[in-house]
Amino acid sequence: MSSDLQTNISGAEAPKPQADPGEVILRTEGLTKHYGGVHALIDCNFEIRKGEHVAIMGDNGAGKSTFVRQITAVEQKTAGKIWFNGDYVEFDGPLAAREAGIETVFQTLALADHLDVPDNLFLGREKRLFNLGPFSILDYKAMREATMRGLEKTGVKIPNIRNTIQNMSGGQRQCVAIARTATFHSKLTIMDEPTAALGVQETAQVENIIRTLKEAGEPLILISHNMRQVMDLCDRIVVWRRGRICANLRKEETDGEDVVAYITGAKTQPEYEIAA
Amino acid sequence: MSDTSHGVGGLSFDQSKRGLPAEAGVAIALVLIIVVFELLGRILMNDSFLFNTRENVDAIFNMARLEIIILQVSIIGIIALGVTQVIITGGIDLSSGSVVGMTAMIAMSFAQVGEINGLENTRAVFFDLGWVNLPVIIPVLVGLACGLLAGLINGLLIAYTKIPPFIATLGMMVSARGVAKWWTAGQPVSFPTGGYAAIGKGMMPVVIFVVLAILFYLILKYTVYGKHTYAIGSNEAAARMSGINVARHKVLVYTIAGLLAGIAAIVLSAKNLTAQAGMGVMYELDAIAMAVIGGISLAGGRGTILGTVLGALIFGVIISGFTFLRLDAYYQEMVKGAIIVGAVVLDQWRQSRAAARS
Repeated sequence: MSSDLQTNISGAEAPKPQADPGEVILRTEGLTKHYGGVHALIDCNFEIRKGEHVAIMGDNGAGKSTFVRQITAVEQKTAGKIWFNGDYVEFDGPLAAREAGIETVFQTLALADHLDVPDNLFLGREKRLFNLGPFSILDYKAMREATMRGLEKTGVKIPNIRNTIQNMSGGQRQCVAIARTATFHSKLTIMDEPTAALGVQETAQVENIIRTLKEAGEPLILISHNMRQVMDLCDRIVVWRRGRICANLRKEETDGEDVVAYITGAKTQPEYEIAA
Repeated sequence: MSDTSHGVGGLSFDQSKRGLPAEAGVAIALVLIIVVFELLGRILMNDSFLFNTRENVDAIFNMARLEIIILQVSIIGIIALGVTQVIITGGIDLSSGSVVGMTAMIAMSFAQVGEINGLENTRAVFFDLGWVNLPVIIPVLVGLACGLLAGLINGLLIAYTKIPPFIATLGMMVSARGVAKWWTAGQPVSFPTGGYAAIGKGMMPVVIFVVLAILFYLILKYTVYGKHTYAIGSNEAAARMSGINVARHKVLVYTIAGLLAGIAAIVLSAKNLTAQAGMGVMYELDAIAMAVIGGISLAGGRGTILGTVLGALIFGVIISGFTFLRLDAYYQEMVKGAIIVGAVVLDQWRQSRAAARS
């Protein structure tokens, strides 16, 4: 665990979650985010266990991406508590979340177009030959080798890792963003609509990568509008509506129609009735 | 390239479509411009632009002209090294010319000699240290501090108040010029010590430019600073999501640009043996033009120091070529303007081509 993270863990004084986290890798209690008068995320209690693949579904503006931005510390939450891997955490920025083991494939991919694959994979966490602060010398060889291992681990096939992102297809860019999660041995992977802009063949490739993660026992939060994909790849579906969680469904106990009913507001689980 | 290729998946990519780097195009343009001046010289002037035609000189090339070409662009070239980094982050620095004027005035006032031919040299500013000539390190450090402070203020304004770089550096442009005039109430500052004058003597400006160009070429290519500079210009949101402290990095980039403007001011005032409040006017635009001609994309994220050096040389060749053809200076301005617009159009065309290809 990085020193950055350790400084963000409150130790003995950290709040205790209401239930024993056990094998829970991520747990949030009362997670809330306000943008001025807009309440984008309200009192969200969420958890995901090790090895579990959980889908987050909901209409546009329901709060799905906002939730991801809070747990990855891209934005600072208005209120609420987060436990990660058994520790209470207060990440001060996305780098702290990444160093703790939360890797995210953002909807926007968060790739620098004019940099190549290793540069993008190691952006913000460059391997250094000599540490001279901002003028540290980059260890290109080590980064290239680690990139190859990350690509192999996810089964991603990129013809030439030295090509800049701007010269790649949408599918290749998506694969690079996903390979970034594998390169750093993440404890939790989050994918925000990873196939929204992809064709059939490229979608199949990304779904194969997700299955590889499942086989490896790596937990995943998948934000998706694709019902078939969610039913194929995930164990559980959590539905968001108007910034609140309105349903928590096991895949075996639901179907597409049922999920759509929760998304549109036709149904709400009793324990989440406040969201109705 | 076996060490960099991976897999044979269904996702195809044709390496041959990558094309030449932007710097290759700039180098070709430089050669073509030299050839044009050479041909025009042969036809119109019955003389050679590039080659030595004097029988009493044993040289293939006209070395005097080559020296002038590089000497006249070296000082603005130093500024352009900083401006290049700013533009790569997606920003702009309009203040560098005024920072040169301000820094030259202040640094020079610390470099003045006490006596000239046994007569008292009227000091431009306040201090009278019994007419002791200050060691050269003092005005140099003062000059560096001036440039650094101006760049730091630019960076802090841009990074933390979110003012667009255009506005922040425009403000600094006006303010720094005001400081330059206020420092001596508009009077020039002259007669530096021998040590200070040596900084701008002979080919020293060229040596300083080349050393700084190599240093920043290596820094941008091989260090974390360089990588983050490109990343911010390429996709600032991605850089932020990746954990890069974008605000802090921008402050550093603008501070370095200010520092380089400070160095240029020291070299310029040492070379001219005087500093005037009007020094450096329009230098910022010439520096931006050198960078743009050298393939630095105004959209950010693209270009190298090598490109800027080549852009500076194109500038020098055009100025020297027009002088060689005995064309009036205002034609130079017109052509410089056209070249700047042409370079930006070319950059946009390259970007749209790259987008279409992907």
